[in-house]
Amino acid sequence: MTPFTALTSVAAPLRLANLDTDQIIPARFLRHPRNPGYGGFLFHDLRFDGDGQERGDFVLNRPPFRQARILVAGSNFGGGSSREGAVFALADFGIRCVIAPSFGQIFYKNCVGNGVLPARLAEDAIDGLLAATEAETGTGGARPLCVDLEAQQITAPQTGAAASFEIEPFFREMLLRGLNEIGMTQAHHAEIEAFEAAYLHRFPHIGGPG
Amino acid sequence: MREPRPRPRTALDKLWDTHEILRHPGGPSLLYVSRVLVHDGSFHAFDMLRDAGLAVRRPAQIFGTADHYVSTVPGRIAGETAETRRVLDLFARNMRDNAIVHFAAGTPGQGIVHVVGPEQGITLPGTLLVCGDSHTSTHGGLGAFAFGIGQSELAHVLATQTIWQHRPRRMRIAIEGRLGRFVSAKDVILAIIARIGTSGAMGFMIEYAGSAVRALSVEERLTLCNMSIEAAARAGMVAADDKVFDYLHGRPHAPSGAAWDHAVAIWRGLGTDPGAVFDREVTLDAEAIAPMVSWGTTPEQTLPIDARVPSPAAESDPARRAQIEASLAYMGLTPGRPLAEIGIDVVFIGSCTNGRIEDLRAAAQVLRGRRTTVRTLVVPGSGQVREQARAEGLDRIFQAAGAEWREAGCSMCVAMNGDIVAPGQRCASTSNRNFAGRQGIGARTHLMSPAMAAAAAVAGCLTDVRRLEAVDP
Ligand code: SF4
Repeated sequence: MTPFTALTSVAAPLRLANLDTDQIIPARFLRHPRNPGYGGFLFHDLRFDGDGQERGDFVLNRPPFRQARILVAGSNFGGGSSREGAVFALADFGIRCVIAPSFGQIFYKNCVGNGVLPARLAEDAIDGLLAATEAETGTGGARPLCVDLEAQQITAPQTGAAASFEIEPFFREMLLRGLNEIGMTQAHHAEIEAFEAAYLHRFPHIGGPG
Repeated sequence: MREPRPRPRTALDKLWDTHEILRHPGGPSLLYVSRVLVHDGSFHAFDMLRDAGLAVRRPAQIFGTADHYVSTVPGRIAGETAETRRVLDLFARNMRDNAIVHFAAGTPGQGIVHVVGPEQGITLPGTLLVCGDSHTSTHGGLGAFAFGIGQSELAHVLATQTIWQHRPRRMRIAIEGRLGRFVSAKDVILAIIARIGTSGAMGFMIEYAGSAVRALSVEERLTLCNMSIEAAARAGMVAADDKVFDYLHGRPHAPSGAAWDHAVAIWRGLGTDPGAVFDREVTLDAEAIAPMVSWGTTPEQTLPIDARVPSPAAESDPARRAQIEASLAYMGLTPGRPLAEIGIDVVFIGSCTNGRIEDLRAAAQVLRGRRTTVRTLVVPGSGQVREQARAEGLDRIFQAAGAEWREAGCSMCVAMNGDIVAPGQRCASTSNRNFAGRQGIGARTHLMSPAMAAAAAVAGCLTDVRRLEAVDP
């Protein structure tokens, strides 16, 4: 996984509350192996109409945001099921940071495990950042945002608007080092061995045969 | 000298302390995992493991069953399409290559992962159990600490038999009193979610308690815990008691002989100590709970069957008002309409919420001697449930009523195997999620209990099963 340090990109605003994992990736696509092109399932039923044509009014179909690497979402983004395909689709589409007031819990962890930074910001802080990205021509949202994980800060370089986000040190370390959880755990091999031996001795009915 | 009295602990604290290996200075703890359940949608985790060159660490503590992609057409042994067959073949190969016990389609043990775990005695009190599926909270009904995880986390568990977790806060939901006739565990959990909201238990593990919960059967407790996730809880549980021990005794993967006695002795000490403190307490009056139906597109949008479709105008919060409007538009409903006259097109009785033998009995009780007036699917939660239902003659009751009697699987709960609700059609469903598109694109889901779904199948509209039952078939 690529370590996450800093990211500069236009930010696609999709500020609907409760966009759940079913809407991020409809269940019928989950059977597909995770190959390049998985990003094509992202928000499938919102992005495309019944005939598979792009909906022109959907934010990720509009020119400045087709290449967005930052998504700005509403509260409880990624609630619902534990399906990780939701994050695979986001990551394969190219999104490396999602900014939202709150996230589904499993989704949040899945993001971190896949190198996508979930940045929690209050609604008014998000309003401030997005207002600062609006281009003078009024096309809306065309200017980039900068995400600095090291400093835990998101800025709009044109105006200097800034907001700080919290992320716990464990997740920050994973993203900065480009490690998934297995990478984090491998350092504790000996402790796991010792714990397991004692646990299975105390609860012999758990270990099963062999 | 007097021993200092130990601080009273909740059941969650006990489970947590027993499984905590270490704590990272920056937050989560590394926990030991006793039991892992995998299903046919878990292939990403095995791919990740293979890509990382890692092996499954403790195959003897892992169990697999095919559920999401299996066809439920009578006599089937696999998937209905080339694609679903490919997923199922891949799953079988992953189980075989890693020496994991596998309940395959066509074998009697196969079924929905959250039905199979308890009925095989794989789920045990006091264990930490994970599965790559959000409804893993179900297993808390047996007194396990059980929660759903993502595919990367599952790959992590398979490789290390451990998981990183944050300690949830403790919530106790007490249901006191007696439930009315035809008021089931499903109505209780829907009433809870309607009360605390779909994020009401965010960051919490719920312990369900109170006289009405103690009076529930083991299967009803599984239903109750199943939908904890719909209130955003990390997990839900009911402390194990003699009912649970009786339920587990003699099941294929439960301990036996001296190991059984040893296990039960441990299990008896797992409940919450008197005086233990919870971070949040909620109490509901059992007598005030009526049969419930959902009217919108989140499980909290649920009301008693004798209520009317709510009006957005009555909601002062603009965001909530917009959500109600969007739900009503999707569901094709107008404010003020009595819920008990909304016509339906299809009925689904099954899922990990309500696909167990007691659920089928409840549905059969209503359908006995009556006819369904809309397409009705009855999908047992497992091959064992199916066999038991046949032994009791329930299959004949369903068929005589004109319902389809299917093989075990997730089926129309998630519409991944070909069992789909058509666009715009309205489904009375015993499953757990009514999100837009859950049962098919444009499908409209109303969640309810098996008895209520059966009553809807007879009436052709949402209806109060208590009223239907007042009339002889
Ligand atoms: S029955 Fe539905 S909720 Fe349960 S595991 Fe299957 S798809 Fe998930």
